[in-house]
Amino acid sequence: MATYKLKINGKALEADVDADTPLLWVLRDNLGLLGTKFGCGIAQCGACTVHLNGAAVRACTLPVSAIGAAAITTIEGLSEGGTHPVQQAWTEVDVPQCGYCQAGQIMTAAALLAKTPKPTSKQIDDAMHPNLCRCGTYHRIREAVTLASNKMK
Amino acid sequence: MSTHTTTSRRNFLKISGTITSGLLLGFNMSETEAGGLSIIDPENLAAGEIPFNSYLSISPDGLITIFSPNPEVGQNIKTSFPMIVAEELDADWARVHVVQAALDTKKYERQLTGGSGAIPHSWERLRKAGATARYLLTEAAAKRWGVPASSLTTEKSVVTHSETNRSLGYGELAAEAAALSIPAEVKLKDKKDFKLIGTAVRNVDNQDIITGKPIFGMDFYREGMLFAMIQRPVAFGTKIKSVDAAAAKAMPGITDVVTFKNNVAVVGKSTWQVNKARKALKIEYEPDGAIESTADHDRLFKELLDKPEATQRRKDGDVEAAFKSAAKVVRSEFQCPFLPHNPMEPMNFFAHVREDGVELVGPTQTPDLARNETAKLLGIAPDKITLELTRLGGGFGRRLKADYVLEAAELSSIIKAPVKVIWTREDDMGGGSYRPAVRYRFEASLDASGNMTGYRLRGVGINAGNSTREDNFPSGAVDNLLIESIEHKSPITTGAWRAPITNFLAFAEQSFLDEVALAAGQDPVQFRLKLLDRAKTSPVGAIKYDIDRMKGVIQLAADKSGWGTRKGLSQGFSVYFSHRSYVAQVADVEMKQGKPVIQKIHAAVDCGIVVNQSGARQQVRGGVVDGMGHAMFSNLTFKDGAAEQRNFNAFRLIRLKEVPEVDVHFVDNGIDPTGLGEPALPPTGAAVSNAIFKATGKRLRSQPFVLQEELKGVKLGERM
Repeated sequence: MATYKLKINGKALEADVDADTPLLWVLRDNLGLLGTKFGCGIAQCGACTVHLNGAAVRACTLPVSAIGAAAITTIEGLSEGGTHPVQQAWTEVDVPQCGYCQAGQIMTAAALLAKTPKPTSKQIDDAMHPNLCRCGTYHRIREAVTLASNKMK
Repeated sequence: MSTHTTTSRRNFLKISGTITSGLLLGFNMSETEAGGLSIIDPENLAAGEIPFNSYLSISPDGLITIFSPNPEVGQNIKTSFPMIVAEELDADWARVHVVQAALDTKKYERQLTGGSGAIPHSWERLRKAGATARYLLTEAAAKRWGVPASSLTTEKSVVTHSETNRSLGYGELAAEAAALSIPAEVKLKDKKDFKLIGTAVRNVDNQDIITGKPIFGMDFYREGMLFAMIQRPVAFGTKIKSVDAAAAKAMPGITDVVTFKNNVAVVGKSTWQVNKARKALKIEYEPDGAIESTADHDRLFKELLDKPEATQRRKDGDVEAAFKSAAKVVRSEFQCPFLPHNPMEPMNFFAHVREDGVELVGPTQTPDLARNETAKLLGIAPDKITLELTRLGGGFGRRLKADYVLEAAELSSIIKAPVKVIWTREDDMGGGSYRPAVRYRFEASLDASGNMTGYRLRGVGINAGNSTREDNFPSGAVDNLLIESIEHKSPITTGAWRAPITNFLAFAEQSFLDEVALAAGQDPVQFRLKLLDRAKTSPVGAIKYDIDRMKGVIQLAADKSGWGTRKGLSQGFSVYFSHRSYVAQVADVEMKQGKPVIQKIHAAVDCGIVVNQSGARQQVRGGVVDGMGHAMFSNLTFKDGAAEQRNFNAFRLIRLKEVPEVDVHFVDNGIDPTGLGEPALPPTGAAVSNAIFKATGKRLRSQPFVLQEELKGVKLGERM
């Protein structure tokens, strides 16, 4: 066990954990940030997607000891009260069914739009393809990413 | 550590406390006889003395609260139930608040999610509750103003007397309404006057979901709670021989390693520590039953299909004679693999078994069953157990079983501590309760003019029970018919998987009918319509589907897809009646650079009145995506009793780029609504495979399509 100082959602936080503990479990078990979900544990489903210095990464396979001074953003820190254009688009398009994968979908979409504010439909498909949605909300995910991009004008 | 508990009990008491001067109406959402309705004194409610299974409250400030008893699994019931109440109440939807109710078997008789049954079951009662509340509020206004109630109108939670230009909000009338008595009869709205039903209303939990609120079972944390993972036998048909837990026990954060039944539970202070320690377990297993592999099942299927004995499910006419005198016989076999449910939220449950009672919290489709089985297991009365329902991160039938609840309860009773048991994805995929693997043999006889004179279906399933649905179309439309099933019992556990049995049977039946239509030289749509006309004019035996409604969706799908008129497109057709709703689908396949690309699926749906256009459309799209994805890609095989695919790197689920456009069309017929959680899924596989056949000449008879011999060298293309 060691103490890790982390920069999460603009706050300095600490966790006493083993060096190999994935960020996902530090967020959930130690820091009470429960919006980042466990789905597969092997970076195949995207439910645990967070931002590491603005890029979308899988928290389930990212050891806490590898984070260093990088800034982490989770769904809780994406905006105040769900006001990020991607979150607003998700509500407007009424994307969620069960909702379990959606935090990861939103974080993936937000990272895409931060880098590529006007993505082509191929860029949207390429970015969102790795995130699984078992309910099959894919059409609305596509639609919401486009809407969010328009909102960010 | 953060502490989070979901709504229910706490809010329940809170609400009964805040409306002391409002209106609280208790009603029975799910009793067999239609219903009791009563105005309730909130104090009695808090004391738990009221025998109602649902509640509608209106507070003095006009906030309307409706308790939704059914588990929310993504079928959107938590939005559509209150919509029905609010419609009859003429409520301002913006001020309607929905609360998930905790389990109370005294109050909720049909508190489960399964069988697409909630809406048809509750439709009338929900309407009556809303209409009664509206009646009381209107009467209260009439009394206050001294005018006849018939001169009043209601809209958006306001009662208006237009002659004198007076109006009052529901909140202002709630206390007076609560002093009135319930009418014996209440008039429901004419369906043409619906304002909210039939519109698109967004998921009431969207805000919580998009901001990452801890609403799922996996998100339940409690101060002092322990974490556990359980090592179950990797191979079905084996049991524990010996356990060496010394290394695991010595690892950091581990508080206990407990063996019970065939489980070895590793308990500790964090999920990751438990996960690591579990890998240090040394467990030996020994045989405890048949240890089967997929190769054994393939062989068994063929042997059993040829066996003389089978359970007869339906027999009309003389099928032997029909085949003897046939001009042509069509014969095909179809096979599907086992499938795990794979809800995105892996199984989990919290249990705290104390001396004085048991607390259970988590995601389940059947809270009632979970509680009763826990009571049986622990040898206590069910009323000593509270069960708090969280939102479910998908279910697909997996959470109809209580196994994972019982494990948590048993473990908590052994370690005498509050504990949350978490399954990994590998546990989930390897842990059973699968969609059963099935093989079907279909035979049809045709006379010289292409009429189907005989139809024979035999299903062989592994732990599938009756693998047929003997009264499904074309039963009733063929003079001579024989339907039989055979079951092979296996240690590999199976269970209901979204649209049980029909999730594959529909594919097989509708693919086979395509083959028969081809052999008869007829258009597949016309062939089905002709059969339905026959069933109407000269029915054979019992007919358990509505012929006109089935024809209705067939015609709608044909019209909307431009069936038979589209140049450069290969179209495949399929239609199915299941779970009380009718769905026809047409798949459009286009050849691009020598590859069949599934461009679009047109779905025509008759579920009666569409309660929520947004939720319903997505249910259909989601069902199509699910049906297509599993038909094309998903495969679970066994080697020496163990599942060979245990995570998403080996088990393929459909992803965004593989999803075609899906156009959804509803039949507008004003019939009382039926469910949509399942009916859109069964027809999809056949629409797709029939279209692929038209495009490539390759007939797919087994799933998943991508692994079939017929598709070797025929690469399915992405939509782009």
